[in-house]
Amino acid sequence: MATKSALLGSSLTKKYWMALTGLFLSVFLIVHLAGNLVLLGGKEMAENFNAYAEFMTTFPIIKITSYLLYFSILFHAFDGILLTIQNRKARPVKYHYEKPSANSNWASRNMAFLGTIMLFFIVGHMATFWWRMKFGELPLDAAGRKDLYTVVEVYFTTASTALLHVLIYVVAMIAIAFHLLHGFQSSFQTLGVNHPKYTPLIKKIGVGFAVVIPALFAIIPVYMYLNQ
Amino acid sequence: MNLTLKIWRQNGTNDKGRMEVYPISDVNPEMSFLEMMDVLNEQLIEDGKDPIAFDHDCREGICGMCSMFINGEAHGPGRRITTCQLHMRSFKDGDTVVVEPWRAAAFPVIKDLVVDRGAFDRIQQAGGYVSVNTSGNTLDANAIAVPKKDADRAFDAATCIGCGACVATCKNSSAMLFVSAKVSQFALLPQGRVEAKERVQKMVRQMDLEGFGNCTNTGACEVECPVGISLENIARMNREYLSASLASAE
Repeated sequence: MATKSALLGSSLTKKYWMALTGLFLSVFLIVHLAGNLVLLGGKEMAENFNAYAEFMTTFPIIKITSYLLYFSILFHAFDGILLTIQNRKARPVKYHYEKPSANSNWASRNMAFLGTIMLFFIVGHMATFWWRMKFGELPLDAAGRKDLYTVVEVYFTTASTALLHVLIYVVAMIAIAFHLLHGFQSSFQTLGVNHPKYTPLIKKIGVGFAVVIPALFAIIPVYMYLNQ
Repeated sequence: MNLTLKIWRQNGTNDKGRMEVYPISDVNPEMSFLEMMDVLNEQLIEDGKDPIAFDHDCREGICGMCSMFINGEAHGPGRRITTCQLHMRSFKDGDTVVVEPWRAAAFPVIKDLVVDRGAFDRIQQAGGYVSVNTSGNTLDANAIAVPKKDADRAFDAATCIGCGACVATCKNSSAMLFVSAKVSQFALLPQGRVEAKERVQKMVRQMDLEGFGNCTNTGACEVECPVGISLENIARMNREYLSASLASAE
């Protein structure tokens, strides 16, 4: 019965990919955060941060994983756009009066909106740091590594633009928080994991993840800005 | 009590449709919402106007025919009720009440508040059944032991009355709660397991063909469902479909 198109193109399959790529991107957030937290060490830890950045851009296994990551980001966005278009088409005439807050939470209804904010942020974020680290001409630190630490520091402390940069970063982290608030537990439901014993735990972990991870990310530029 | 009703009027599937305002006075708070609609229609008929078409049948919360989207919610305010179980005491004197049909591409409006829910029938026909042996040596259903817990959960899923409130309330017009209830009621029982893999694939395929949206797990359907079908059913269908698709030879 299952045709090739069903396995690739059915509504449920699109959701499985959404959940799988979403969970993979969530795991990446942890790895990314672990590295970023080194920035809190200030100038004394700058070389450690640069060593980490070099490791992340040159170590073969991480390099391979990074291609999977780029693909996941693009696919998650592409799949999300596809699903959203279908969802819009499924209700061509809107209700005159709707009360969605009576039966669902805001984040769950605005995943596409939150995702769009994040996509714009990721493009800007990668142009600012990732692109320069990979392809840009960066000054070298004392150990002879590309000095990404200084790039970050300048970005978040240069008087004229720092406040704007910090604000954009914090807003993006808030968007990620709300996206994860629904997305984390939702991905388990999509993959069929719903169990009276484990689902309440998954939901609690999801809330914790959605609050703690983006908050820790956001603390870094705020700290750098205030501590300059 | 006196109310201002804003009701969707649409003269056939191809008509654009519009909201029309109908003031109604001396509404008895103990009336059901459908009885209030009956009174309004009597007035319209007396005034020589076209009465408002709306679906109803049993008027005791069993058939799933009544289908109005009232004040922004499927079957109006209140939980675990159909429109016939909604009473006018849920409203206050002077309220404005907005009444619309279920809105989904897969549920075209036939007239006013009546929509065609044939899509649900076609999904059911695609696989929502158990093939039986008609050769004369049919097994006694009681001969197969079913764990009490599974029987209960299958029965819970089978209480779905196919009203379409899940589709109407879902921001994506997704039919996942309905289809998953129908998939689950069989998948949980040994008699239904035999065709479970084929069934879930056929029913999901038909669901997609009908033009319903995708599930984004907002959970609105579970809240608005008049018989309390659980989201666990959607997870079960996701599991069933995943394993059926992965194991499928094609």
